Amino acid sequence: MTFTFKQRSILPGFGLSLGFTVFYLCLIVLIPLSATFLKTASLTWSQFWHVVTAPRALASYRLSFGASAIAASINLVFGLLVAWVLVRYSFPGRRLLDSLVDLPFALPTAVAGIALTAIYSPNGWIGHLLQPLGIKSAYSRLGVVIALTFTGLPFVVRTVQPVLEDLDKEMEEAAASLGAGRWQTVSRVLFPAVMPAALTGFAMAFARAVGEYGSVVFISGNMPMHTEITPLLIITKLEQYDYAGATAIAVVMLLASFALLLTINGLQVWSGRRERPGKSLEVGRPVPVGA
Amino acid sequence: MSMATAVSLRNPAALAPRTAATSEGPLVRWLLTGIVAVFLGLFLVLPLMMVFASALAKGVAVYVASLREPEAWAAIRLTLLAAAIAVPANVVFGLAAAWAIGKFDFFGKSILITLIDLPFAVSPVVSGLVYVLLFGLQGVLGPCLAAHDLKIIFAVPGIVLATIFVTFPFVARELIPLIQAQGNEEEEAALTLGASGWQTFFRVTLPNIKWGLLYGVILCNARAMGEFGAVSVVSGHIRGRTNTVPLHIEILYNEYQFVPAFAVASLLALLALLTLFIKSAIEWRSKQQPAGLEAAANQEGPA
Repeated sequence: MTFTFKQRSILPGFGLSLGFTVFYLCLIVLIPLSATFLKTASLTWSQFWHVVTAPRALASYRLSFGASAIAASINLVFGLLVAWVLVRYSFPGRRLLDSLVDLPFALPTAVAGIALTAIYSPNGWIGHLLQPLGIKSAYSRLGVVIALTFTGLPFVVRTVQPVLEDLDKEMEEAAASLGAGRWQTVSRVLFPAVMPAALTGFAMAFARAVGEYGSVVFISGNMPMHTEITPLLIITKLEQYDYAGATAIAVVMLLASFALLLTINGLQVWSGRRERPGKSLEVGRPVPVGA
Repeated sequence: MSMATAVSLRNPAALAPRTAATSEGPLVRWLLTGIVAVFLGLFLVLPLMMVFASALAKGVAVYVASLREPEAWAAIRLTLLAAAIAVPANVVFGLAAAWAIGKFDFFGKSILITLIDLPFAVSPVVSGLVYVLLFGLQGVLGPCLAAHDLKIIFAVPGIVLATIFVTFPFVARELIPLIQAQGNEEEEAALTLGASGWQTFFRVTLPNIKWGLLYGVILCNARAMGEFGAVSVVSGHIRGRTNTVPLHIEILYNEYQFVPAFAVASLLALLALLTLFIKSAIEWRSKQQPAGLEAAANQEGPA
């Protein structure tokens, strides 16, 4: 067997398009990213370890990863619910709500940040209701979770929606006719089918939340050790001209991002595989003429 | 074929009447719909209302006056400039990447696709930082740039570069699945009939992917105009010179100028609503033409 780099094709332009793609990718993404690792190399291993395990850095990881995990979990539960209601139920305003789900992708994070802060600050629309209950929403860790829940909201909805839409009604009918109650059908038949997609959405929301800056920085109050997220710590170090320190923390974040990216890719492959058994049910179906 | 059974709002069968055995009782239905309406109202509708209510809190005259500030105008001009460079650059890249990846099979293709997604995985703050480390005074190329009196960081080129980085994957990841789904037959027919490569691309491929391309462009543009973290790191916040609209909002807000801050923010909120509207319109259109865009519509990954 001989190794072939490229399958034969009569279409032209392979060299030009691939060459430009790789060139642009290196210029904009790969070379600048490797500069980060070059810069860290100016620190010795023990200096690097000292910076990335400083108490203030550890506190920021705990907040960034902890709040992101809580926010992504909220997104998982409500995302499943939103996807279910949008796909299965018909009610006035459904298409409007469906379009609105993408708002966190379209609304700039700074705008979301100041709007959420104004809503949850002590004299804001919701903040003044929570204040008498002794709940501090803005300028606290709860505020961080609220902002991250907003930014991650569309992911689970958008990964689960197409899977729910593709599910065959016959599967549920079969479960029901075999004596399953509605709840049993939902938890034993539907839930396993959407779970890989839901987990993919969860991982995407988590990855996005860990790196999020714009929407959090206004609402968190930014107190070191308490409400300081990791991206903010990087900016603080940069403003103090501590380039090596900022870079060391950035490398920790980059490694976490790469790990999450690989996890998401793995989950997508898995959910793609999980979809196929469902598809095979269609084989026995009459094919429309001309399809 | 998966296209035929795909997607809901495009697939009336998903909403077809269900019997008692395959649906929930009316009480459960109303309860679940109610919870979803409250959740989305709280997290999506309320922030939008807050932006416009705060912007107009002191009347239309104050609103209009805050938008006519020269610094607001300078910020708007810079944001438009950055988007006007970043979006076309990423469109050219997206088309090239989609042609190479969608039309040919070669070694390392899946690694290339993962690498294209990389900027989505990186925190915006880190995206800005990498350019500071490359072009800043302390950076790898810093001394060389300073010797030639070139300024990239804390200047407009840095802002443009950071914007290109964060919007890098948008067009490519919309177009790659779309071009893959369309196959090579039409292009092969055009070539066999004597069309040149460029003719085939402009007359056959481009018309087939134009809606997916528009979809990618509007998402790319929304992010380019709204980017905050990455641009904040490279801009240096020089008023009237290196402030984009989101950075200008931050400065106004931190100075407790809430009405002007929300007035400028309302422009970006309107842009977001326009983006969602065009996006829905394209998705609605794709329902009319079953094959094709669905692949792109299903791909809206992390933004």
